[in-house]
Amino acid sequence: MMLLRCPWCGPRNVTEFRYVGEKTSRPDPATTTPTQWRTYLYTRANVFGWTVETWYHSTGCRQHFSVERHTLSNRTRPVQENS
Amino acid sequence: MTRYSAWRLFRNGLTHREWPAAWRPHDLRPSYDVVVIGGGVHGLATAYYLATNHGIRNVAVVDKSYIGSGGSGRNTAIVRSNYLTPEGVAFYDRSLHLYEELSATLNFNVMFSQRGHMTLAHNDSSLRTMHWRAEVNKLQGVDSRVIYPDEIKRRVPHLDVSAGARYPIQGALYHPPGGIIRHDAVVWGYARGADAAGVHIHQNTEVTGIEVSGGKVTGVRTNRGTIAAGTVVNATAGWASTIADMAGVPLPIQTFPLQAAVTEPVRPFLETVIVSGSLHVYVSQTDRGELVFGASVDPFASYSTRGSLEFIEGLAGHVLELMPALAKMRLLRQWAGLCDMTPDFSPIMGFTGVDGFLVDVGWGTYGFKAGPVSGEAMAECIATQRTPKIIEAFGLERFANGTLVGEKGAAAVGH
Repeated sequence: MMLLRCPWCGPRNVTEFRYVGEKTSRPDPATTTPTQWRTYLYTRANVFGWTVETWYHSTGCRQHFSVERHTLSNRTRPVQENS
Repeated sequence: MTRYSAWRLFRNGLTHREWPAAWRPHDLRPSYDVVVIGGGVHGLATAYYLATNHGIRNVAVVDKSYIGSGGSGRNTAIVRSNYLTPEGVAFYDRSLHLYEELSATLNFNVMFSQRGHMTLAHNDSSLRTMHWRAEVNKLQGVDSRVIYPDEIKRRVPHLDVSAGARYPIQGALYHPPGGIIRHDAVVWGYARGADAAGVHIHQNTEVTGIEVSGGKVTGVRTNRGTIAAGTVVNATAGWASTIADMAGVPLPIQTFPLQAAVTEPVRPFLETVIVSGSLHVYVSQTDRGELVFGASVDPFASYSTRGSLEFIEGLAGHVLELMPALAKMRLLRQWAGLCDMTPDFSPIMGFTGVDGFLVDVGWGTYGFKAGPVSGEAMAECIATQRTPKIIEAFGLERFANGTLVGEKGAAAVGH
């Protein structure tokens, strides 16, 4: 079992959440190039180590939130201020 | 290489002497023509076909652990070619034919058991997809057809095909040439064949960097020293994007664990491989009598190969919905392998933007069954410096020009 800490509901079993994915920023459709758009759609860093990602508390408060997770150990921590 | 024969097996079995090592350790040469990163079925098959089909023998296969320690030893050993896209069917069918001949080709018993493969449909939309797949298959000469509950029950008496089941079975795509194979034997057979042809296999050799100069690969750095090479092949499955990043090639890949489990052995009762996409489960019985279960990938990206309780709970529930008689069986082990998932569920093969750096990645949940044809195609790609027709559709550039090969409908289970 893996615990994930929802900022509103506290630590809950990971099965209550839906994984949204790596944090990415959507380019502005008005000014983006096809290359930037493809990168946004398909390419992910797929980091081995600590990564910032979005989760959705689907069976709880139904809020999205960011968390840092280590992709090998699956340990999580709140997003660091400087990252 | 000492050839195996019935007489030799009998004699050595009596004395237990003279079992020669199937492949040899070597010192690291300062330079090779080709370095293949990843000692699984894909990497070893590529090296094997480079040496045997094209005479390129100055080849090294490097693996950070032991050969077959990744996806090649962690999959559920199912082989089939009943895909959905014409590109996929042609590709996997070639692989299946190579698997049929593999024991003879390699002089190594890979225990291919062509017991048939059955994908169950529990609702109208999946039955429609089964018909679609059957027609695509037939057009390319692949033996696939839709069968209905009477025939399903006759082939697998333990399946609950009653209308009262929670997810009633409406039909199935039946694919007689599919089956299971001894996955470790495939790895060892290719390793032995490649070694005999002059390929160096370096285990416990981790690649720590790839040297690129002027847009061209010049070598790889490893924990045992630097190797100069004009051609580097990335065949590292779940680790594919970390290796490609070293060469400056971003890949549209995310790594997800896929869990599997095996039960205690029982008497043979399950003839075919059973797959249910709706219930996220596949079951087969090995020649030793164990039941092997697999499911869909874990719900979040990770490099962890640990099992989880959620998986085993869900799996047990789904298996019992299909075959209630298994309620008292005990599971022996569970594990996970890493899948390199692409946006369209098709692989990425061939040349990249960096000269001399080739990829054989993005296998997701289909990697093992594609091993032989991938090796053959990658070897041809390297030897001729042209992309073979059979993998033309799988180039990295398809994500730039929008020609994706949507293979999600042929996934064994939903993702």
